[in-house]
Amino acid sequence: MNAVFNAALWFAQVCVALAMLGATVRLFVGPSAQDRVLAFDSLYVNGMLTLLLLGIRYGSTAYFDTALLISLFGFVGTTALAKFLLRGDVVEP
Amino acid sequence: MSSPILPLWVTIPGTVLLVLGGLATLVGSLGLLRLRDFFSRMHGPSMTNTMGVGAVLLTSMLALPAWTGRPMFHELLIALLLLTSAPISTSLLIQAALYRARVRGSA
Repeated sequence: MNAVFNAALWFAQVCVALAMLGATVRLFVGPSAQDRVLAFDSLYVNGMLTLLLLGIRYGSTAYFDTALLISLFGFVGTTALAKFLLRGDVVEP
Repeated sequence: MSSPILPLWVTIPGTVLLVLGGLATLVGSLGLLRLRDFFSRMHGPSMTNTMGVGAVLLTSMLALPAWTGRPMFHELLIALLLLTSAPISTSLLIQAALYRARVRGSA
Protein backbone atom coordinates (compact mmCIF):
# COMPACT_ATOMS: atom_id res chain seq x y z
CA MET A 1 0.00 0.00 0.00
CA ASN A 2 3.02 2.24 0.50
CA ALA A 3 3.74 2.10 -3.24
CA VAL A 4 0.23 3.35 -4.07
CA PHE A 5 0.63 6.23 -1.61
CA ASN A 6 4.00 7.09 -3.18
CA ALA A 7 2.44 7.04 -6.64
CA ALA A 8 -0.34 9.40 -5.46
CA LEU A 9 2.33 11.67 -3.96
CA TRP A 10 4.16 11.75 -7.29
CA PHE A 11 0.89 12.50 -9.09
CA ALA A 12 0.12 15.41 -6.75
CA GLN A 13 3.64 16.81 -7.13
CA VAL A 14 3.47 16.66 -10.93
CA CYS A 15 0.03 18.34 -10.84
CA VAL A 16 1.31 21.16 -8.63
CA ALA A 17 4.35 21.62 -10.88
CA LEU A 18 2.09 21.87 -13.95
CA ALA A 19 -0.11 24.35 -12.10
CA MET A 20 2.98 26.47 -11.33
CA LEU A 21 3.86 26.33 -15.03
CA GLY A 22 0.40 27.56 -15.98
CA ALA A 23 0.56 30.38 -13.44
CA THR A 24 3.97 31.39 -14.80
CA VAL A 25 2.61 31.53 -18.34
CA ARG A 26 -0.27 33.74 -17.12
CA LEU A 27 2.27 35.89 -15.24
CA PHE A 28 4.18 36.56 -18.46
CA VAL A 29 1.37 36.91 -21.01
CA GLY A 30 -1.32 38.45 -18.75
CA PRO A 31 -2.83 41.36 -20.64
CA SER A 32 -3.49 43.58 -17.62
CA ALA A 33 -1.68 44.26 -14.35
CA GLN A 34 -4.35 42.61 -12.19
CA ASP A 35 -3.95 39.40 -14.20
CA ARG A 36 -0.28 39.36 -13.27
CA VAL A 37 -1.06 39.97 -9.59
CA LEU A 38 -3.57 37.10 -9.64
CA ALA A 39 -1.02 34.82 -11.30
CA PHE A 40 1.53 35.77 -8.63
CA ASP A 41 -1.01 34.91 -5.93
CA SER A 42 -1.66 31.51 -7.51
CA LEU A 43 2.09 30.96 -7.89
CA TYR A 44 2.87 31.43 -4.20
CA VAL A 45 0.01 29.15 -3.12
CA ASN A 46 1.36 26.48 -5.46
CA GLY A 47 4.87 26.95 -4.07
CA MET A 48 3.49 26.46 -0.57
CA LEU A 49 1.77 23.26 -1.74
CA THR A 50 5.09 22.03 -3.16
CA LEU A 51 6.76 22.51 0.21
CA LEU A 52 3.92 20.71 2.03
CA LEU A 53 4.16 17.75 -0.37
CA LEU A 54 7.94 17.61 0.14
CA GLY A 55 7.30 17.57 3.91
CA ILE A 56 4.94 14.61 3.48
CA ARG A 57 7.47 12.80 1.27
CA TYR A 58 10.47 13.18 3.58
CA GLY A 59 8.58 13.17 6.88
CA SER A 60 10.20 16.39 8.04
CA THR A 61 8.50 19.16 9.99
CA ALA A 62 11.02 21.81 8.92
CA TYR A 63 9.02 22.48 5.74
CA PHE A 64 5.99 23.71 7.67
CA ASP A 65 7.63 26.84 9.01
CA THR A 66 8.73 27.77 5.49
CA ALA A 67 5.22 27.11 4.15
CA LEU A 68 3.75 29.29 6.89
CA LEU A 69 6.18 32.11 6.07
CA ILE A 70 5.44 31.83 2.34
CA SER A 71 1.69 32.06 2.91
CA LEU A 72 2.15 35.05 5.27
CA PHE A 73 4.49 37.04 3.00
CA GLY A 74 2.51 36.12 -0.10
CA PHE A 75 -0.64 37.56 1.46
CA VAL A 76 1.22 40.76 2.36
CA GLY A 77 2.62 41.01 -1.17
CA THR A 78 -0.72 40.47 -2.88
CA THR A 79 -2.44 42.98 -0.61
CA ALA A 80 0.25 45.58 -1.21
CA LEU A 81 0.10 45.11 -4.99
CA ALA A 82 -3.72 45.31 -5.03
CA LYS A 83 -3.59 48.45 -2.89
CA PHE A 84 -1.05 49.92 -5.27
CA LEU A 85 -3.31 49.19 -8.25
CA LEU A 86 -6.25 50.71 -6.41
CA ARG A 87 -4.64 53.91 -5.09
CA GLY A 88 -1.33 54.36 -6.86
CA ASP A 89 0.38 54.21 -3.48
CA VAL A 90 0.92 51.56 -0.81
CA VAL A 91 1.30 53.55 2.41
CA GLU A 92 -1.08 56.48 2.56
CA PRO A 93 -0.11 59.58 4.55
CA MET B 1 15.59 8.68 7.92
CA SER B 2 14.28 5.75 5.90
CA SER B 3 10.66 5.51 4.93
CA PRO B 4 8.53 3.70 7.53
CA ILE B 5 5.73 1.34 6.65
CA LEU B 6 2.74 3.65 6.79
CA PRO B 7 -0.38 2.07 8.32
CA LEU B 8 -3.42 1.39 6.22
CA TRP B 9 -5.56 4.11 7.84
CA VAL B 10 -3.05 6.64 6.52
CA THR B 11 -2.49 5.37 3.00
CA ILE B 12 -6.08 4.82 1.84
CA PRO B 13 -7.52 8.28 2.75
CA GLY B 14 -4.14 9.84 1.91
CA THR B 15 -4.15 8.45 -1.62
CA VAL B 16 -7.71 9.63 -2.29
CA LEU B 17 -7.02 13.08 -0.83
CA LEU B 18 -3.74 13.51 -2.74
CA VAL B 19 -5.32 12.61 -6.08
CA LEU B 20 -8.29 14.93 -5.41
CA GLY B 21 -6.04 17.80 -4.30
CA GLY B 22 -3.71 17.42 -7.26
CA LEU B 23 -6.63 17.41 -9.70
CA ALA B 24 -8.20 20.47 -8.03
CA THR B 25 -4.89 22.35 -8.23
CA LEU B 26 -4.44 21.46 -11.89
CA VAL B 27 -8.02 22.42 -12.79
CA GLY B 28 -7.67 25.74 -10.94
CA SER B 29 -4.50 26.58 -12.85
CA LEU B 30 -6.10 25.59 -16.15
CA GLY B 31 -8.99 27.92 -15.34
CA LEU B 32 -6.50 30.71 -14.66
CA LEU B 33 -4.85 29.98 -17.99
CA ARG B 34 -7.81 29.46 -20.31
CA LEU B 35 -10.80 31.57 -19.22
CA ARG B 36 -11.63 34.67 -21.23
CA ASP B 37 -11.60 37.78 -19.02
CA PHE B 38 -10.22 38.73 -15.64
CA PHE B 39 -13.42 38.38 -13.63
CA SER B 40 -13.90 34.78 -14.70
CA ARG B 41 -10.20 34.08 -14.19
CA MET B 42 -10.62 34.98 -10.50
CA HIS B 43 -12.52 31.72 -9.96
CA GLY B 44 -9.66 29.40 -10.87
CA PRO B 45 -7.14 30.06 -8.06
CA SER B 46 -9.87 30.03 -5.40
CA MET B 47 -10.33 26.34 -6.19
CA THR B 48 -6.62 25.81 -5.49
CA ASN B 49 -6.92 27.87 -2.32
CA THR B 50 -9.76 25.83 -0.85
CA MET B 51 -9.76 22.29 -2.17
CA GLY B 52 -6.12 21.77 -3.13
CA VAL B 53 -4.67 23.25 0.06
CA GLY B 54 -7.32 21.57 2.22
CA ALA B 55 -6.66 18.11 0.78
CA VAL B 56 -2.88 18.42 1.06
CA LEU B 57 -3.10 19.74 4.64
CA LEU B 58 -5.42 16.88 5.65
CA THR B 59 -3.02 14.35 4.11
CA SER B 60 -0.16 15.97 5.97
CA MET B 61 -2.07 15.81 9.27
CA LEU B 62 -2.64 12.09 8.59
CA ALA B 63 0.83 11.15 7.39
CA LEU B 64 3.17 13.18 9.62
CA PRO B 65 2.10 11.54 12.92
CA ALA B 66 2.83 8.15 11.33
CA TRP B 67 6.38 9.37 10.60
CA THR B 68 7.16 11.09 13.88
CA GLY B 69 4.97 9.15 16.30
CA ARG B 70 3.24 12.14 17.88
CA PRO B 71 0.20 14.18 16.80
CA MET B 72 0.86 17.29 14.73
CA PHE B 73 -1.33 20.37 14.61
CA HIS B 74 0.90 22.84 12.75
CA GLU B 75 -1.25 22.46 9.66
CA LEU B 76 -4.27 24.02 11.32
CA LEU B 77 -2.28 27.26 11.59
CA ILE B 78 -1.62 27.32 7.83
CA ALA B 79 -5.27 26.49 7.10
CA LEU B 80 -6.48 29.26 9.42
CA LEU B 81 -4.07 31.80 7.90
CA LEU B 82 -4.94 30.93 4.30
CA LEU B 83 -8.70 30.75 4.92
CA THR B 84 -8.69 34.22 6.46
CA SER B 85 -6.24 35.86 4.05
CA ALA B 86 -7.51 34.55 0.69
CA PRO B 87 -10.91 36.34 0.76
CA ILE B 88 -9.28 39.61 1.80
CA SER B 89 -6.76 39.62 -1.04
CA THR B 90 -9.38 38.46 -3.54
CA SER B 91 -11.76 41.25 -2.52
CA LEU B 92 -9.00 43.88 -2.73
CA LEU B 93 -7.97 42.60 -6.17
CA ILE B 94 -11.60 42.74 -7.40
CA GLN B 95 -11.90 46.32 -6.13
CA ALA B 96 -8.70 47.29 -7.93
CA ALA B 97 -9.85 45.64 -11.17
CA LEU B 98 -13.26 47.34 -11.01
CA TYR B 99 -11.62 50.72 -10.36
CA ARG B 100 -9.21 50.30 -13.26
CA ALA B 101 -12.01 49.22 -15.62
CA ARG B 102 -14.12 52.21 -14.56
CA VAL B 103 -11.23 54.65 -15.06
CA ARG B 104 -10.57 53.23 -18.50
CA GLY B 105 -14.27 53.64 -19.31
CA SER B 106 -14.95 50.09 -20.36
CA ALA B 107 -16.78 48.81 -17.30
